[in-house]
Formats: sequence, structure tokens, C-alpha cells
Amino acid sequence: MSLLTPNPGLIFWMLVVFLLVVFILAKFAWKPIINGLKERENEIQGALDLAEKTRAEMAQLKADNQKMIAEANAIRDSILKEAKEASDKTIAASKEKAALEGQRMIDAARETIRSEQELAVKKIRTEVATLSIDIAEKVLNRELKDKAAQQALVAELASSASLN
Amino acid sequence: MYTSLQQFFTTAFLAAAILFAAPSYADQPEEQHEHPVQEHINAAEHEIEQNLEKHEEEFNIGQMIMHHIADSHEWEFTHGVVLPLPVILYSDDRGLEIFSSSNFHNEHHSYNGYHLVHGDSETIVPEDASREIIDISITKNVASMILSAIILILIFTSIGSAYKKNKGKAPKGFQSAMEVVILFIRDDVVKPNVGPNYEKYLPYLLTLFFFILVNNILGLLPGAANVTGNIAVTMTLAVITFIIVHWNANKHYYKHLVSPTGVPGALLPVMIPVEIVGVFMKPFSLMVRLFANMTAGHIILLSLFGLIFIFQSFMIAPVISLFALFLNLIEIMVAFIQAFIFTLLSSMYIGSAIEEHSHADHGH
Repeated sequence: MSLLTPNPGLIFWMLVVFLLVVFILAKFAWKPIINGLKERENEIQGALDLAEKTRAEMAQLKADNQKMIAEANAIRDSILKEAKEASDKTIAASKEKAALEGQRMIDAARETIRSEQELAVKKIRTEVATLSIDIAEKVLNRELKDKAAQQALVAELASSASLN
Repeated sequence: MYTSLQQFFTTAFLAAAILFAAPSYADQPEEQHEHPVQEHINAAEHEIEQNLEKHEEEFNIGQMIMHHIADSHEWEFTHGVVLPLPVILYSDDRGLEIFSSSNFHNEHHSYNGYHLVHGDSETIVPEDASREIIDISITKNVASMILSAIILILIFTSIGSAYKKNKGKAPKGFQSAMEVVILFIRDDVVKPNVGPNYEKYLPYLLTLFFFILVNNILGLLPGAANVTGNIAVTMTLAVITFIIVHWNANKHYYKHLVSPTGVPGALLPVMIPVEIVGVFMKPFSLMVRLFANMTAGHIILLSLFGLIFIFQSFMIAPVISLFALFLNLIEIMVAFIQAFIFTLLSSMYIGSAIEEHSHADHGH
């Protein structure tokens, strides 16, 4: 029965040794071990979270890029369209302007021609008058001698001077 | 070698005979008529010794086994290789006395007024029966316990420093080997059973597991002490768990003892004593389970080896050795299982005492 009878001396030493082991291990072994394990677990979890976050960000970024490319394409298309429209408009305007200018120039030329013509006619008229006066003068000078000849001459002159 | 073993078991037989001669001596040292009994023991001891010389072949397997699993004041690794351990005695009149147990190696097993009584376990009794002594000797079990404590401290402080040194790096070598076990205890034993506040109890439960494990395994070595198979050791462990459980228990736990939920009022006179007995049965079962498992393992192994000496034949030895090898493997498994179960049950007892009951739980 001594097997089932606890020995007080052994209980005493057991308490001393075991509590000492608990104390020493808790302070110098379990604390750094548990902290180290926890830190590593946190690190791994953090790294996984970061990877997940990065992946989400990448997906977001990709989607954004896609969107931006689509937007840029749309903008480019609209700019091209606008430019085309603008150029078309400019060309049309230029054409119109050129046509107008041409017309104006033609009109001006026509006006100039007319005024020149008028001037020329006026000048001719003056010339004609002067000529007529000269002729008349000559005729008068000659015809002062010969009446019949003078009349013939006037008729002749008049017929030759049919102008216009 | 054979004769030396015989001498060894002769000594064991002698020890057994003394026990039979004085079965109640150790329990009643204060009684006045003890002195003549003491002389009677001495006389019986000598008589037996002489008888043994005549019948050297006699072998008492029961006493051999008891001698091996019991505590001792010296550490006998094998026959003739003995490490004497310090004997520490305290008595009111003489104060503290410390001397080597080798002083008892004489004809009367006595020294300085003390007598070493061999039995199932050795006891030191004063020759003057009126004196009372407290024996706090470093016995074989205490020495083995201190050895395992040193092993534990060396192993785990070095692992602890490895965690500081290898901070932010992968564990390597022995550190990663032990990490698996530590994580198993933390994640599969302590965390699910103790609950969310497990971290406070983790150092104790980890130490408990590794202390029991190392002592179990050391106990399997030839010539080693049977520390965890000693009821004083398992009792101390169970009482520490008991104290931790009841120191930290919340009011639900104590309330549950006096008014178990879902029990009709008429049954309370039956249930309350059952609950209170249950409180003490838990540490008692912890104590007995570990003690009985480890002691039983040692007894089986020693019985197998004892068969060789009973048959007195070398022919039986290989068969017995095979059996013993098989049982040794089982004992290694048992060493792990018992350490695991003690830790698991301690966690469960702590967990059930600190568990927070939400109100929704009541009434089922």
C-alpha cells in the first residue's frame, strides 16, 4: 500500500521543482515562443491580406486602365470628328469666300471695264468733236471759195464720219 | 553477469522480507512500543539475510517489481553502480540534517540515530521512537525530476532564444520540430477547450504537457526513476490543476454546483452532492489515471523480465525480449498519450470553469 501513500517529502520537492519549472519556462521559454509564433502568424496573415489587397487593386487598376483606354478612344474619335467637321466647315467657308471674292473681283473688273469704256467713249466723243470742229474749220476755210464743193465735202465727211 | 543479477534480486527479496516483518511501522512511528519492534526488525532482517544465503535461488518477483517502481534514497542504475543521494531530515530537536545516503551502507542500515527501513519504498525512521522527523531527502524520484526539469529548461529556453534570434525567419532544426508539438498543444488542446481567454493558462498547460512527457520517457530508460508513476507527483499535479480551476472559476461555475440547470427541485438533494463529489473526482481521476498508467506499464515490463528469472532459462529470454520490445513501444505511445490526456483534461476543467454562459444557453 505504500505505492498509494503519497510521500510528503516528494510532494514538497515536486511542488518546488514543478513551480520553478513553470515559472522559468513561462518567463524565458513560453513567452518568446508564443510571441514569436503569434508575430509570425500575424506577419503571414498580413502578407496574405496585402497580396489579396494588391490583387484587388491590380484588378481595379486594370479595369480603370480599360476604362481610360475606352474613354481616350472615345475622346480621340470625337476630336477627330470635330476636327473633320471643322476642316469641312473651313473648307466650305473658304470655298464660299473664294467664290464671293471671285465674284467681287469680276464685278470690279466689269465696273472698271465699263468706266474705262465710258471714259474712252467720252474721249472719243471729245476727239470726234474736236475732229469735227477741225473738219468743219477746214471745210469752212475751203468752202469759202467753192460752195458746191463745200457741200459735197460736208456730205462726204459726214458719211465717212459715221461713228458708233 | 547472471550471479550479479541474482545478488541484486536477493537484495530485493531481503527488502521485501523486511516489509512483511513490519507492515505498519512507517505509519505509526510515534507509538511508544516501537523501539522493541525496531530491534525485532533488525533481528528479522539478519535472520532473513542468513536464510537468503542458503537459498540464493529463491526469487520473489512481486518484491522485485515493487523495489523497482518505488522511490529510493539512492539511485541504483544497475547492480553495483549506485549513486548515493543526499538525505535531508528536519526534526525539532536537531534541526536540519544533511548527509549522504551511503552512510546507511552498514550492517544495521543505521546512521546517526536513524534507521533506513527497506520496504516497498524506503523510509527513514529515528531509532528513538519518541522523535518525529520530516524527511525531505533528495530521493531517486526527486533527482530524476530535477534532471528532467534541467532538460526542459535547457531545451525550451534555447528554443525561446531561437525565436528571438530567427525573428522574421522560418524556424529551423530542433526549433521547428518542437514548434509542431507546441502548436498542437496550443491549437488543438488548449484553444478549443479553454476558450478565448486561453493565453493566461497556456504557459502552465504547456509546461504540464512537457513535464509529464519528459518524465514519462525518462522513466522508460533502464535504471531510471518512476516519477510520473508516483502518486505524490501525480497528486501534486492534479492539485495544482484543481487550484487553478477553482481560483479562476466564475460565478456560473459555483452557481451550477448548488443549482444545476434543468434539474427539478425534488432532485436537488441528490444532485448537489453528486456535483460536489464530481468536483473532487476530476482531480482524483487525473491523479489516478497518470499514476496507474505509468505504474502499470512498469509492472508489465518488469513482470516480463521477471519471467526470465522464474523460468531460469536462457531459451525463454528471446521470446520475452520480443514481448518486452513490443511493450516498450506501446509504453512510448502511452507516455505521449498520458501527457496529452492530462493536459487535455486540465484544459477542459479550466475551460468549463471559466466558460461565459450567455443567457440564450439556459433552458435547454
